[in-house]
Amino acid sequence: MSSTVDAAPAATHDAGRGERFARLAQRNGALIVLVLVCVVGAVSFESFATGENLRNIAVQNAFLALVACGMTLVILTGGIDLSVGSVLALGGVLGAIGSEAGLIGAIGLPLVVCGAIGLLQGLLVGKLGLAPFIVTLAGLLGVRGLVLTLTDEGADTPTIERGSPFRSLGQDELLGLQLPVWIALVVFAVAGVVLLRTRFGQSLFAVGGSESASQLMGLNVTRTKVLVYVISAVLAGLAGALLAARSSSGVPTVGMGLELDAIAAVVIGGTLLAGGAGSLTGTLAGVLLLGVIQNLINQVGDLNSSYQSVVSGAFLAVVVVVQTYLSRKQRL
Amino acid sequence: MAEIAVPSPGAEPSARSARRSDVAGFLRDNGVYVALGLLVLGNLLLTDNFASGANLRTQLVQVAPVLIVALGMTLVIGTEGIDLSVGSVMALAAALIPLWLGLGPGPAILIALMVGAAAGAFNGALVAYVGVQPIVATLALFVAGRGLALVLADGQLKQIENEGFLSLGTAEILGVPIIVLIAGVLVLAVMFVARRTTFGRHVVAVGGNPAASFLAGLPVKRTLLTVYVISGVLAAVAGVLATARLTASDPSAVGQLIELSAITAVVVGGTPLSGGGVRVVGTVAGALLVQLIDSTLIKNDVPDSLSQIIQALLIIAAVAVQRRAGAAR
Repeated sequence: MSSTVDAAPAATHDAGRGERFARLAQRNGALIVLVLVCVVGAVSFESFATGENLRNIAVQNAFLALVACGMTLVILTGGIDLSVGSVLALGGVLGAIGSEAGLIGAIGLPLVVCGAIGLLQGLLVGKLGLAPFIVTLAGLLGVRGLVLTLTDEGADTPTIERGSPFRSLGQDELLGLQLPVWIALVVFAVAGVVLLRTRFGQSLFAVGGSESASQLMGLNVTRTKVLVYVISAVLAGLAGALLAARSSSGVPTVGMGLELDAIAAVVIGGTLLAGGAGSLTGTLAGVLLLGVIQNLINQVGDLNSSYQSVVSGAFLAVVVVVQTYLSRKQRL
Repeated sequence: MAEIAVPSPGAEPSARSARRSDVAGFLRDNGVYVALGLLVLGNLLLTDNFASGANLRTQLVQVAPVLIVALGMTLVIGTEGIDLSVGSVMALAAALIPLWLGLGPGPAILIALMVGAAAGAFNGALVAYVGVQPIVATLALFVAGRGLALVLADGQLKQIENEGFLSLGTAEILGVPIIVLIAGVLVLAVMFVARRTTFGRHVVAVGGNPAASFLAGLPVKRTLLTVYVISGVLAAVAGVLATARLTASDPSAVGQLIELSAITAVVVGGTPLSGGGVRVVGTVAGALLVQLIDSTLIKNDVPDSLSQIIQALLIIAAVAVQRRAGAAR
């Protein structure tokens, strides 16, 4: 069973040096580049390596990190979830609406509803065998429509009352870091343990590696697939609720295009889109890398902010080319 | 993905299941035309002024950019690919027009189309020669393309006053807007390419089974490269036309989310996402269907949000019908 965790199913013991290097680079590439970029940033800009700035980077990317965590699990099974941006917006709006019923409503309502949406998408993918790309594309459209319905065509922005405990969940600090950052870290830690140490986690790699082989081995492929979409939607909803708590309102237009940022972070982090191989630490590094690049471009100041997407896109292209090259080298 | 088929409920009496698969097969092949027909019929009965020439013209002008993009997307999806970058390529084309309009409309449009081709070549090279999955390969340009367009345009909307260029958006020939004519010509051209040329055959073969196509000696890589170039050029055409109609170059807004509408049109039109089939007429019907649903809902005062939800249900229904019919076979 443990062999399914490896990026390449090829025999490990006679792996050549080149292959081992390729695997190392593919697994930790994002982390290595992240360190390099941070060093360059710290040398070039005095204001980069300050505690204040780093804290900002952390809290700005905590929400993307939560979404990307779920996305990693989905992609590991060979699927994709395009609906996360809309689900995040729904989570925010529902969180703000639910906050009138206290903290439980503010957290419970978005998680339950978003989980139900994930369940629906998961059933369509897992039970009916529809293509994940299309199902979640419909989710992207439909859930955004739902958000607009809830908010009077986007004209209404539900706010969270001052002094509500839900607000402090998004804004308070613990040991110098804001709560959403801690929540994202805990979620990553739990997801990492689940992925590497539980039956369910291992079955994600198996299903992504070969669905028919997993089926023949007696794994419950359908249940695995349904669950990852539920997890992804719940995490997106949680991210939305926390974002609403941080900004004190559920803005119906947030999260547009977020699915692509999340996919980019996952891919940069070394998870193969074909499924079956990848890691959560890579995803975390990918999220932070995108965040640091954005931060550095802001530091330059006189650069047009549009350059950020140019740099991110170019970066993504380079990463996928290198990744494809590295993973091919391992297979041979 | 077909390995895990839905278990069929035993061996039923064959006549019944045959009839059922006939119905399912018919729906899969012609569902979009049936839906379009019903919608037109319903509109004729319910919506005022639906059958007027002015309304027809508005509908066709509005659908043109999506339709043009969807044509390229049909070929790309035929090879089991996907092109997310079309909206950004539209933005690039839009941003380039005011920069080069000094040379006259012709050269400006040519440059926009060439950049579209280059963008497509970039996508295609990543997919065909590097072996990157289409969704990621085109995601890079999706992210970078609009940023580049905004950098080129200095992040601003620019009014366009060149009469020659603007006539592209307003002029009519025999009462038919030029935009609609261009879209019509492109539909015929892509239909011809898909049905009557070797390249069209190659697209279907490569989408059906790339490995077998390669072993059969087909130019797999060149075919892949070409479909992305075509998609890029068509997206640029759509960007130019949208700019002419808007009478302004607006790289931040033009083509936003058009990749989703185009993919919807293609899928609803019956081209399977798993490649190996190209249905150009289906795509045209799919684009018209989506457009008509939108405008019907708007005319009957149904809010925008509901029309999005309906579009989502439509996509699911379309692929579910495809899937069911596939399983029934």
